[in-house]
Parts: sequence; structure tokens; C-alpha cells
Amino acid sequence: MDRTVLDAWVGIFVVVGIAALFILALKVSNSGTTFSTGETYRITAEFDNIGGLKVRAPVKSSGVVVGRVSEIQFDSKKFVARVILTLDKRYEFPKDTSVSILTSGLLGEQYIGLEAGGDTAMLKDGDSLKLTQSAVVLEKLIGQFLYNKAAEGGTTK
Amino acid sequence: MKGLRGIGNHVVGGVWRLGYATRFFLVTLLRSATSFRRFRGLTFREIYFAGVLSLIIIIVSGLFVGMVLALQGYETLQRYGSSEAVGTLVALSLVRELGPVVAALLFASRAGSAMTAEIGLMKATEQISAMEMMAVDPIARVIGPRFWGGVISMPLLAAIFSAMGVFGGYLIAVVLIGVDEGAFWSQMQNAVDFREDIVNGVIKSVVFGVAVTAISLFEGYDAPPTAEGVSRATTRTVVTSSLAILGLDFILTAFMFKGV
Amino acid sequence: MENLVEIKDVNFAYDVRPVLKGINMTVPRGKIVAIMGLSGCGKTTILRMIAGVLRPKTGTVKVAGRVMHQLDHEALYAMRRKMGMLYQFGALFTDLSAFDNVAFQMREHTSLPEPMIQDLVMMKLHAVGLRGAQHMMPSELSGGMARRVALARAIALDPTLIMYDEPFTGLDPISMGVISNLTRSLNDALGATSIIVTHDVQESLKIVDYVYFMSDGMVVAQGTPDDIRNSKAPFVHQFVWGEMDGPMPFHYPGAPYAADLELEGARA
Repeated sequence: MDRTVLDAWVGIFVVVGIAALFILALKVSNSGTTFSTGETYRITAEFDNIGGLKVRAPVKSSGVVVGRVSEIQFDSKKFVARVILTLDKRYEFPKDTSVSILTSGLLGEQYIGLEAGGDTAMLKDGDSLKLTQSAVVLEKLIGQFLYNKAAEGGTTK
Repeated sequence: MKGLRGIGNHVVGGVWRLGYATRFFLVTLLRSATSFRRFRGLTFREIYFAGVLSLIIIIVSGLFVGMVLALQGYETLQRYGSSEAVGTLVALSLVRELGPVVAALLFASRAGSAMTAEIGLMKATEQISAMEMMAVDPIARVIGPRFWGGVISMPLLAAIFSAMGVFGGYLIAVVLIGVDEGAFWSQMQNAVDFREDIVNGVIKSVVFGVAVTAISLFEGYDAPPTAEGVSRATTRTVVTSSLAILGLDFILTAFMFKGV
Repeated sequence: MENLVEIKDVNFAYDVRPVLKGINMTVPRGKIVAIMGLSGCGKTTILRMIAGVLRPKTGTVKVAGRVMHQLDHEALYAMRRKMGMLYQFGALFTDLSAFDNVAFQMREHTSLPEPMIQDLVMMKLHAVGLRGAQHMMPSELSGGMARRVALARAIALDPTLIMYDEPFTGLDPISMGVISNLTRSLNDALGATSIIVTHDVQESLKIVDYVYFMSDGMVVAQGTPDDIRNSKAPFVHQFVWGEMDGPMPFHYPGAPYAADLELEGARA
């Protein structure tokens, strides 16, 4: 085979291969839209119960993904779950932001919701959030509902 | 007693071969300077044989795998009313698993077996020993460029496979079935993470490329210099590479995605 | 006359099977020496030792005064550049044309400019009469032509020692004559020394200066071609004249014929 033809084919192959990598990076994955390669800062939040929250779950504010859960630990002194969030530097939140664990849809995956407060000071890397609301656990909810019903029944009798 | 000795011989032989293969691999790495010093002269040719000639089978297989994934995924997902998630399903299965694994399996049977046969024949016809007689190191001159050609080609082939697969999924889900295009892409982008999924997939394909090429070259170099020896070595290349790919895939997956 | 190759008391074994048992040989400069013997008697092993591919169990192989198995990688490769080897079936690189095969060593070992390589390759191909076949691939060459291209490749760097491993095997009489005449003329023209390993007695006796006869890993006879032709030693006589039975029996050792045919009392 002619040298130049061979070189041309190899060139085409490498270009197509790298183009495929770029397509995967830009069109298929979220690298173009989120922070995973950009600057980030970390915030800690403590919850009594995190339900089914998992590492890499999204952190959303007003429905926009602003970060992800990067670590979940258990604090054996206070007996609470400590969740570390990695947020995009572009999005800043006040110190008194409240954080809650929400569920997308009735049975969908769980994510973290941030609701901005009114403080003028902004969160910095390593800060922790005080206002937290734990995950809603379906069993507890049903249990509570039944208990209330029973209590109601008791008073009306 | 005889059977026991047979098993013992097999084990000793296997361990000996593994050691020999490892030494062969290390020597290849140590003598790679030639492959890069004469990259255009030697390694380009091997990228052509390993990569360009595997393009057709990779593109066609990728397209079909993506289309099948979309069909099957849609069937199941629409029962739960989340047919838009078909994009996520196709993309995640491809970039995490099927892209690197299936591309590597195809690569082993297309390029790997050809490498084994070529090296085996060069040995059978005394070309390797002639080269040694001419004071040209066959590891540096013949094995090295093929190794690097294969290692460079494999991740590119896997990426092309995945991209074609996603395109095939798009064709079936969006064009044929009529899933909403915006939802298809946005759900996919939401679920597929660049570092966790794409980069890990590329790492996998690089590891598979190293494994398949090293196995193919070793089997060729180690083949008995007869027609029967070469044909057996070719078969062994495909079997050993496939097992190595699947085994390595399990180990890599366990390390990469343990938190999820 | 100075000896280019000296082999002293060499023993060698593949694993436990002894191949060479106390071989002594000398190859004087400028001569053509043949090593003859039956297939599998260790002739090719000697060539591989001279090239430093194998190392003897005991004894020494000296080329140009240097012990081959004591050389390091660099020195060994430097020695091999002065050697050319013609393989049994040529061993041409199948992915390179005839021209590129001959140019191979020049490109690997020298930094000669391409026009000069072109000239040198043409000279080598002309010497074997195949200038016109320069663009052909090895698969397009006939057996005899392939052997000649391989010969051109073996002499590409003007070696001082040329080794031939069964150069006449599988050739028609014309090609055989061409190769054997080339062997003689190239040896004299280049001032080289040649070693021919062969079992083709008649063809090689015409061109060589000295013959070693090997059997079962030992040198059993040696001498000039005339000595060999007139040898009374039974083995040499059988070999040279191609007789069916002699010291080398026609029948491979086995059970008595009658027993294998299950005659007379074999069933008892």
C-alpha cells in the first residue's frame, strides 16, 4: 500500500476517534453543563436521617443543579448523618440557607434541595449548614398517619 | 498418580508461561524507544492494521448494539412511564461497559488474532531469527510498534463504538419511536458524568488495549513455528484475550463504581 | 592461514537431549567450508552458536578471536553486523518488497542517504541477477529467486562471514546451480569466508574447500572434497553415494517384523 494513502487513513482514523471522544464528552455527558471539571467548594450538612440519599446525588436550588453530594459519613458522637456537598463556585448561597432531602416524583431518586435565606454573609469552603430537614421516610409517614387516625378515633368516641 | 502429575505439570507450565509472558511484556516496554523514534515509519503502519482495518466492524457493531439497547430499553421503560430515560440507559451502558468491553472483544478477534498469526508466521518462516541475525532487535523493531499501535487504537475504537451506539439509540428512540428529543438528550446528560463515566470508560479501554495487544503479541512470539502451532496460537489469543477482558472489566468496575 | 572461526570441544544439549558432543572445527579465512550430515544431527545448531544465538554448555566458539558467548548485547550485535546468513527458505520479510528487503539492514544500521542506498541495493541485486525484480513482493518470487534475493540481503553490508543454512533445499537443478556458483563467486569477490550447512553432497562438493562430516553430534570425517569422494569410511560412503542401507540402517529400530505381523507364536 502506498505510504501516503496509509498515512491519510491513519490520520482519518485518529481524527474520527478523537471526535467520538469529544462527542461523548460534550453531547452525552454533563461536562459541558456542570461544574465537575471547574472550581468547587465544599459544604457540610447534618441530617437525622438521609433516607435513600446516595453519593453523587444532585444538589438543586430552584430546580437547577448546582452541585453534587460528594461524601456521606456517620457521626458516631452525635449520631447523625454528615453529608458533604460539593457546590459550583459560580453559585453562592447565604449563610442561613436551609437544606432538605427531597424526592423527585413519588418514588424517584432522592436529591438535596437548597433554599436561600436572607443573610448577607455568603457560605465559604468548609462551612456547615445548620437548618436541615431530613428525608421523608415513607414507613414513618404511614405510621404517623395511622397513629393520628387512631388517636382521632379515640377522642371522638 | 499419573493424573496428579499431569495436573502438576499443567500448573507449573502455566506459572512458567505467565512469568515468561510478563518478562516479554516488560522487555517490550523497555525497548519501546524505537516505536516512538520512528513513529511515522513504523508505528503508523501498525495503527493502520490494528485501528483502521477494525473501523468497519466497530462502526457497524456499535450502531447495532445501540439500536438493540434502545429497543429493549424502551420496551421495559415505557411500562413505568419513563420512556425518556432510554437515552440514559443507552448512554450509560455504552460508555461504562459495552463500549470498552465489546469493542475490545471485537478488537481481539479482528486485530489481535491477525497480529498473532502474523508474528507466528514471521517466526515459522525464520523472519524473526533472520532479523536477529542482522543485529536488529525483533522486540524493538517488530513487537514494539505493533504493541503501541494497538494500545493507541483501542481507546479510539472504543470511543467510536460508544458514539455510534448512542447514535444508533437516538435513531431508534427519537427518529423511529418518537421519544422527545430534548428529554432524550437532557436526561442522558444529567445522568452521565464526564469524570465518573466517560473517563473511567476510556481508562478501561486503555487497559483492555494493553492486555489484548500484549496477549496477541506474546502468543504469536511464543507460537511453535509450524502451521498447526500458529493456528492454535491464534485461537488461544482470542480465548485468552476475551477472558482477560471480562476478568479485568470486573476488577476495574469494582474499583471504579464501588460507591454507586 | 588465520582461522576466522574456531570451535573447540563444544558440547550442547536442548534440555537433556545432547545435540553436540565434543565438536572441533576451524574455518580459515577466505575459504568455503561445508558441514554435512543427516537431518537433525546438529548442523544448524552450530551455525546458531557461531551467530551467538545459542551458547555452548562447555567449550568455546571463537569468531575473529573473540569468544561469542562472553560478549554483551552490544558487542554481539556488532559482531553480527559482520555476518550474513542465508536461511533455508530465504526468510524474506513478507511485508517488504525485494528492494526493501535488501535495503533493510542499510536503513536499520546506517544513516546513508536514500540515493546511496538505492545504488547499493541495485549493486547487490545486480550481483544475483535480479535487478529487474526489485519491486516484486516475496510472495511473487519463485523459490529460486527468493533465495537469490535473500542472498543479496545477506551480503548487503559486505559481511566477512556468510553462513548458508541448507541453501539448496527444494530448488530445481538450474536454481541450485545458480546459487552454488553465486556462493563461490561472491565469497571470492567479497573476500569473505563462508560456511555451508547442507546435505546436498554432489552440489556442494563442487564448490567448497573443506568438508566436515557430522553424525549424531560428532565430527566423523573431514577433509577436502576429493578426500570425501574417495573416503572408505562406511558412513561417508553411504552418505556420498546415497545408498539405502549401511551404517545408517534403512529400518528404524522396532519390534521384529514377524512379531508386528503377528506371525509364529506372537499370540502365545
